[in-house]
Amino acid sequence: MTRISVKVDGTTYEDEVEPRLLLVHYLRDHLGLTGTPIGCDTSNCGACTVDLDGETVKSCSVLAVQADGSEVTTIQGLAHDGEWHALQKAFHERHALQCGYCTPGMIMAARDLLRENPAPGPQEVREALEGNLCRCTGYQNIVRAVLAASGQEVSS
Amino acid sequence: MTDQVVEPEVGRSRPRKEDARLVTGQTNWTDNINVNGLLHLAILRSPMAHARIDRIDVAPARERPGVVAAFTGQDLAEGLGSLPCAWPVTEDIVLPDHPPIAVDEVRYAGDPVAVVVARDRYAAADALEAVEVDYTPLPPVLDLEAALAEDAPLVHSDQGTNRCYVWPLATGESYATVRERADVVLKRRYLQQRLIPNAMEPRAVVVTPLAASGEYTVYSATQIPHILRIMLAVVTGIPEQKLRVIAPDVGGGFGSKLQVYGEEALALTVARRLGRPVKWTESRSEGYLATHHGRGMIQDIEIAATREGRLLGLKVDLLADMGAYLMLVTPGIPILGAFMYPAIYKMDAYDFTCTGVFTTRTPTDAYRGAGRPEATYAIERIMDELAVELDLDPIELRRLNWIRHEEFPYTSIAGLTYDSGNYEAATDKALALFGYDKLRAEQADRNRRGDSVRLGIGVSTYTEMCGLAPSRVLRDLRYAAGGWEAASIRMLPTGKVEVVTGTSPHGQGHVTCWSQIAADVLGVPFEDIEVVHGDTRAAPQGMDTYGSRSLVVGGAAVHHAARKVVEKARKVAAHLLEASEHDLEFTHGVFSVKGSPEARKTIQEVAFETFSSHDLPDGMEPTINAEHLVDPDNFSYPHGTHLCAVEVDTETGRTTIRSYVCVDDVGSVINPVIVEGQVHGGVAQGIAQALYEEAVYDDEGNLVSGTMADYFVPSAVDLPEFVTDRTETPATSNPLGSKGVGESGTIASTPAVVNAIVDALRPLGVTEVRMPCTPQRVWEALRSARSSEEASA
Repeated sequence: MTRISVKVDGTTYEDEVEPRLLLVHYLRDHLGLTGTPIGCDTSNCGACTVDLDGETVKSCSVLAVQADGSEVTTIQGLAHDGEWHALQKAFHERHALQCGYCTPGMIMAARDLLRENPAPGPQEVREALEGNLCRCTGYQNIVRAVLAASGQEVSS
Repeated sequence: MTDQVVEPEVGRSRPRKEDARLVTGQTNWTDNINVNGLLHLAILRSPMAHARIDRIDVAPARERPGVVAAFTGQDLAEGLGSLPCAWPVTEDIVLPDHPPIAVDEVRYAGDPVAVVVARDRYAAADALEAVEVDYTPLPPVLDLEAALAEDAPLVHSDQGTNRCYVWPLATGESYATVRERADVVLKRRYLQQRLIPNAMEPRAVVVTPLAASGEYTVYSATQIPHILRIMLAVVTGIPEQKLRVIAPDVGGGFGSKLQVYGEEALALTVARRLGRPVKWTESRSEGYLATHHGRGMIQDIEIAATREGRLLGLKVDLLADMGAYLMLVTPGIPILGAFMYPAIYKMDAYDFTCTGVFTTRTPTDAYRGAGRPEATYAIERIMDELAVELDLDPIELRRLNWIRHEEFPYTSIAGLTYDSGNYEAATDKALALFGYDKLRAEQADRNRRGDSVRLGIGVSTYTEMCGLAPSRVLRDLRYAAGGWEAASIRMLPTGKVEVVTGTSPHGQGHVTCWSQIAADVLGVPFEDIEVVHGDTRAAPQGMDTYGSRSLVVGGAAVHHAARKVVEKARKVAAHLLEASEHDLEFTHGVFSVKGSPEARKTIQEVAFETFSSHDLPDGMEPTINAEHLVDPDNFSYPHGTHLCAVEVDTETGRTTIRSYVCVDDVGSVINPVIVEGQVHGGVAQGIAQALYEEAVYDDEGNLVSGTMADYFVPSAVDLPEFVTDRTETPATSNPLGSKGVGESGTIASTPAVVNAIVDALRPLGVTEVRMPCTPQRVWEALRSARSSEEASA
């Protein structure tokens, strides 16, 4: 067992964990932060995407011990003072989710894109989300939502 | 008093009520459920497609740290019955025993052989490695035609055959006779590759026992909590009233969660044995083996027509891969398709036969369209081939043969009565949006220039049967259950409303749409309505969600129940207003006396006064709540026209979708933005079958495409922008006029894409490309066209 200290969504946690424990299982099973779901075991689907010290990572491909001393932001840490993040609003307003299972990962990946490229084109959005799979929406409304969240005009 | 609603809710693009939880991560997926003392169940699965289990020993697993128990199939056999098949399509169907866990023989790679229960999921997974199993390999059965040979190895040796059933349908004139008088007869073979559903949420189940009372709560990522409850009672012998099934947030299903899975029965059995809560969650790779697959058919299709292009008859011979076992509705999937091969066309004869075949592969069952995409693919592909044969534009050939608007209602050659539709309108609208003539001109130009990147145009016109429903028809098809759906409306004392529905959504937006329906009928604000679903205790009656039936049947039940509430409320209002019921108007939630509008009661006031029950009409129960179960007298028939333009690089074989246009007629629309989203998702799946997805097995029966890294699930960069639009001919089988939309995109899009690819390559001698039309398949089709051209030169 290894002692770790991780700040997640603004709260610092101290824990003893097995060295092999994945960050996503640490978040879900140890901290009860179940907003980050697991969709695969090959790092293909992106459902478990979180922010680790400003880098967007798939939390199924990071060990909890690697997050020691780090700051993690999950979908559950995005809203501030009850106010949703622009991407959360845009996903809702543009019907960019159906079952919603991929949504936390999509939003976290899109947030990373908009930090680097505040006014992306549709193709840039598609490329940025290549590592996040959705089975419901056909992606079109997701792309529209990300463009809308960036403040750009989007046709309906 | 609450403000009364004036603007109609139905028809508005309401953002969904469901989203707030989902975009903030406040979700309730089955795997999120954690309770004190929870044990994690892991399953050891057969690494071989077909083998005898000679010896199995779980004792070493029990010694591992954190392990609480381990069981073999033999250990669990007592009290654990066969998994159900609810659709024995013929009287003499072969129905092999289907144990939730193998006892002496495994029949597909992934068949469960042992379970381990441990205090955490890592320990459970580790301990699987300690289970010792000796197998004697048996011959795999993989080829559908070879499986039917006299001396073929048998999947179920006790059944003496791999032929599960033969299901025939012959209608109209004799096909042989119309074939005689045909000028043109075309015969083609199409292959429907197996698909892996890939709902984003892996399957999961949590069982919590209440030992003292013998009750169990089963949380499952399922589409069918009500059916699951009945079937788990049958499989385990636990009385139905002791079982409560909850489908919490469910992350997609697409048919793959329309199932009674062995893992659900195993988790329940283990929880019962140990008296402890148990959780099982599949990994994606495990799901690829253990969650049922879709499609898997060989289609031999023959069409007979006159020189002018009038269809005379259609003959379909189908071999359908059942996989190793019959799951809940496995045999019925191709039978649903049987009714759809004639599609939107008029003809004189139809001859259909399906042979169900057992193989040593993962069982197949319902997946996105379930039988109907396969049918539509075959008819729409061969219609294009016929157009080429007759030198007609593919759209003109369709126009010559489709049922005209003025001919509805129309009974198809397969015996379905299409109640409403307008194929002309949908097609004309799609052609205009697509710019058909301009694209044809560009195509001709590229062909003339011998461009290495060819343009192809594909059309697909479709209809489908939605809204399963009519129970007496389902009886005729030997489907075990009815097709009704239930709803109840509870008017709470404060005037707020609970809508209880028997449907069980997993992304379709029922909460929002059902709120819109109830808001309009009751005249209460959309925001004041909650929708209760997916819990057999809170919503005790229902037939659940599949086959685009929820809105058409379940939404209709909500409408009817709300109407009943209004009629009960009318009685109370009339009493309170000292007026005759017939003199009351009901508008926007207000009862008022005709001619004296100041004499009024809102429905919320009526709800409260009914609750207080101080002054009710004589003999009236103190409630205006109402329940309605609806069993429509017909299916519903969405239809539409999809057009696809592709660019195919003849040097690399790569296909790029240049544009995609679809106009669907799904009847009256409750929420346009939700309908659009459903179409997008369906089209994406149909394109994925055409271009990307395939479950691949090797010669030993191992699933080669066994992880998400090996099975191509398209991402945002792999799919185009879609242009979608609608026409609207209301359905007549329900008061909403809705037809269902969940499957239309999937059904229509696959043939549109493949027709476009073949259209692009036809000048180069290509007449067929097998799905998925990967660059390699396209390139090989081009190469073989070239070599046959050279051979004939």
